[in-house]
Amino acid sequence: MLDTIFFYLFALLVVGGGILTITRSSAVHSAICLIGSLVGVAGLYLLLHAEFLFAVQIVLYIGGIMVLFLFVIMLVNLDEAARERQFNGQWWLALACVVVVGLQIAWFMRKGAGAFKLAPAAAAAASAAKGNTEAIADALFSEYLLPFEIASVLLLVAVVGSVVMAKKRI
Amino acid sequence: MPDGYLQIFIFLAIAIAFPTVTILAAKLIRPSAPSITKLEAYECGIKAASDSRGRYTVRFYIIAILFVIFDVETIFLFPFAVRYKTLGWFGVAEIVVFLAILIVGYVWAWKKGALEWV
Repeated sequence: MLDTIFFYLFALLVVGGGILTITRSSAVHSAICLIGSLVGVAGLYLLLHAEFLFAVQIVLYIGGIMVLFLFVIMLVNLDEAARERQFNGQWWLALACVVVVGLQIAWFMRKGAGAFKLAPAAAAAASAAKGNTEAIADALFSEYLLPFEIASVLLLVAVVGSVVMAKKRI
Repeated sequence: MPDGYLQIFIFLAIAIAFPTVTILAAKLIRPSAPSITKLEAYECGIKAASDSRGRYTVRFYIIAILFVIFDVETIFLFPFAVRYKTLGWFGVAEIVVFLAILIVGYVWAWKKGALEWV
């Protein structure tokens, strides 16, 4: 009962933040609203017993990527863009598309409700025996060892790429 | 509902509701008489020279993106940290390889002057 209430609170935060993100004319305001939306997603992760993902969401998305977004917004001067009319006359078409896609999703979720059944007993037993982060650690250091090591190479590529591309502009 | 989080969620809900209700109530009650003078810097404050939304230097961007990358690295250290005892020297070797590859990038960025603020 109570977790349903909190699910809807977090879902409201996600959807409300998302709507505010796309409707604000100031890019900085949009970014702040996106932070609210991401906080809601973090809350949903916590409701799903995914504590590690919750920490990743807070530390990485809200702490890191949103700071990057804000710096990018400040880097490219959006003052002229903010003064211009941003919403063209096709918003009703976009709204119609959203309604159609939403109805489709609702229809398929109603039709295939049985496919969404998870195994709550197994999940609860697994999380009771050990924490979420421990479970991720076990998977990461046994089954997904190579992807884990390759992730560092991927991050190295990101370091090199960002420095090379930004250095040219200094 | 995950165990132990109920109190935190309720605390969070109250913490969000309190300032929201306070600000809304204040907005309803107080008289509203805005003027240009009220927005100016008061007494010893320095008058604004230009708009605060100017262009920032690209160095902020480099620092921010390097921060995000090493943030991801830090996140990967957490699973290792909680399973440190169980994994033993195997885990230490794995994390050393992981860190060594990233430290190459760190040293390279440093040598390249990406962290310089001049």
